[in-house]
Amino acid sequence: MLYREAGQFKTSYLADQAIFPIRQDRIGMAVIIAGAYLLTLTQNDFLLNAMMIPFLIFTLAAIGLNLLTGYTGLLSLGTGAFMGVGAYACYKLTSLFPDVNVLVWVVASGFFAALVGVIFGVPSLRIKGFYLAIATLAAQFFLEWCFIRVPWLYNYNVSGAIEVPTRTLFGIPVTGPTATAQTRYLIVLTIVAVMTWLASNLVHGRIGRMWMAVRDMDIAAELIGIRPLPTKLLAFAISSFYCGVSGALMVFLWYGGAEATVFNINQSFNVLFMIIIGGLGSLIGSYLGAALIFILPIVLRFVPPRLGLDIQAATVEHVTFMIVGALIIFFLIVEPHGLARLWQIAKQKLRVWPFPY
Amino acid sequence: MRPRSDADAAATDVLLSVEGVTLTFGGVTAINDVSFDIRKGEIRAIIGPNGAGKTSMLNVINGFYTPQRGRLTFKGEARTKMRPYEAARGGIARTFQNVALFKGMSALDNIMTGRSLKMRRGLFWQLLRHGPAMTEEIGHRRKVEEIIDFLEIAHIRRVQVGRLPYGLQKRVELGRALAMEPDLLLLDEPMAGMNLEEKEDMSRFIIDVNQEFGTTIALIEHDMGVVMDLSDRVVVLDYGRKIADGTPDRVKNNQAVIDAYLGVAH
Repeated sequence: MLYREAGQFKTSYLADQAIFPIRQDRIGMAVIIAGAYLLTLTQNDFLLNAMMIPFLIFTLAAIGLNLLTGYTGLLSLGTGAFMGVGAYACYKLTSLFPDVNVLVWVVASGFFAALVGVIFGVPSLRIKGFYLAIATLAAQFFLEWCFIRVPWLYNYNVSGAIEVPTRTLFGIPVTGPTATAQTRYLIVLTIVAVMTWLASNLVHGRIGRMWMAVRDMDIAAELIGIRPLPTKLLAFAISSFYCGVSGALMVFLWYGGAEATVFNINQSFNVLFMIIIGGLGSLIGSYLGAALIFILPIVLRFVPPRLGLDIQAATVEHVTFMIVGALIIFFLIVEPHGLARLWQIAKQKLRVWPFPY
Repeated sequence: MRPRSDADAAATDVLLSVEGVTLTFGGVTAINDVSFDIRKGEIRAIIGPNGAGKTSMLNVINGFYTPQRGRLTFKGEARTKMRPYEAARGGIARTFQNVALFKGMSALDNIMTGRSLKMRRGLFWQLLRHGPAMTEEIGHRRKVEEIIDFLEIAHIRRVQVGRLPYGLQKRVELGRALAMEPDLLLLDEPMAGMNLEEKEDMSRFIIDVNQEFGTTIALIEHDMGVVMDLSDRVVVLDYGRKIADGTPDRVKNNQAVIDAYLGVAH
């Protein structure tokens, strides 16, 4: 009853081309964004530090990979490495130019990731599908090797890890051990929100359509004048940019320090699972997928103690893995197109409720 | 004197001419020394039995295949090798025998994609999706809506094309090609697998496109009734060779054509 578009007439193409053409959607979005910002007021450091910040960071990486795999149809297993490029680039930049604000470098590090992404994206003109995945796997292993074997990248630190220095914005520490969870959450939220908005603009316009055209039927796309290589390389660049920023955020505003292993192949798979379960070719799916893969295990871990069950922590850990695994299979069987499609179906049902159709 | 002046007039009106094109795949000769021309504003049919090299011919015109020998002259410019997107830029649009739509996108988005070449705003404005980028988008949306109206597919514009019935998919594909505002439209069996009513609709659209937009059309079709009614001139291929060329009436009575279609006693 509440979610119905009856009576909302669109009188211009401008209104019809809007990303949220239905009023209720716009209100819902405003409420979610306001709610997300209000979370800053909470003193619950655990909620922010262990759940919301990493959730948003993974979402950003998932959006990045989704632009490449979901929208352009290019399978990549190098996400972890591209995130690493962002993190190491940001680390080097802020060590070389400590006077420039670290947030500038967080965003700028995306450009380095984009450059690396473009280089490893060149083979995508000739190969696709699983074969391209293998080619990006080469990027993964090569870059990981660099993170370990090129000491310049971690400033010849004996531990081989990068440690985030304290940096301030308007006198308030934003990175390093003294930065509060609230500050870091606010920054991560703002960056992720703005970048989601930009990605949404992109996929709803000419470039998004060109990507999807290449994904769905590359021959026909070429025939209507879409040049395959530039289109694919642009997808690689922007996707890697998102992954790079996500990696920089991960190290600078979440971990506070990292080793090369953080950006290994597991991380790539992690993000890939997020977009497969969330929904390929959907931005909201990136959020839902990241939530399911990252937040659900944390929540599950807190269910037994709350119920008064006395189970060993290790057991809970194992059971959580099993439950999440089972849920993933369940969701994929129920809806192979991911949570995003379930979300769409739910909205459709809500639209006609209380009638069946 | 007259035939000569006729020839001159025809020569200036030629949009595309194919001269001595030969295309081989390994030992197989798909097209063997074929020459013909397509005049501005006409509907030109390419017919022939299965495996005659019709689709290969379109692929050559399109830039998908590079012929081993021969020359193509499009809008007075000779070329031997070009990429499909260059052909698109030059004003050649195409539909496919088995529909090649972007299945994951709506009908509207499919047709909008056809206007990619005409959209100029770069990455910066696309990221913002406001100001000039939006003005441009709306302008193209208006053009696309004209095509949607013309093809009578307004009711399905928001439907994902993968879910549409075959006949409508063909229509959306024609819409996508029209969105490019081509000078030359190549239709590869636009009526394959359609029932009589759908064929009539499609024929009407093809004639309207030709007459209202002035688009030159080259089409491959197996339905002889349709070919004879629609086309101004017909070229007949058989085993990669041209066996006849001319008006539908002349081609219909050509002995070589009849032999090719019905077979001859040896």
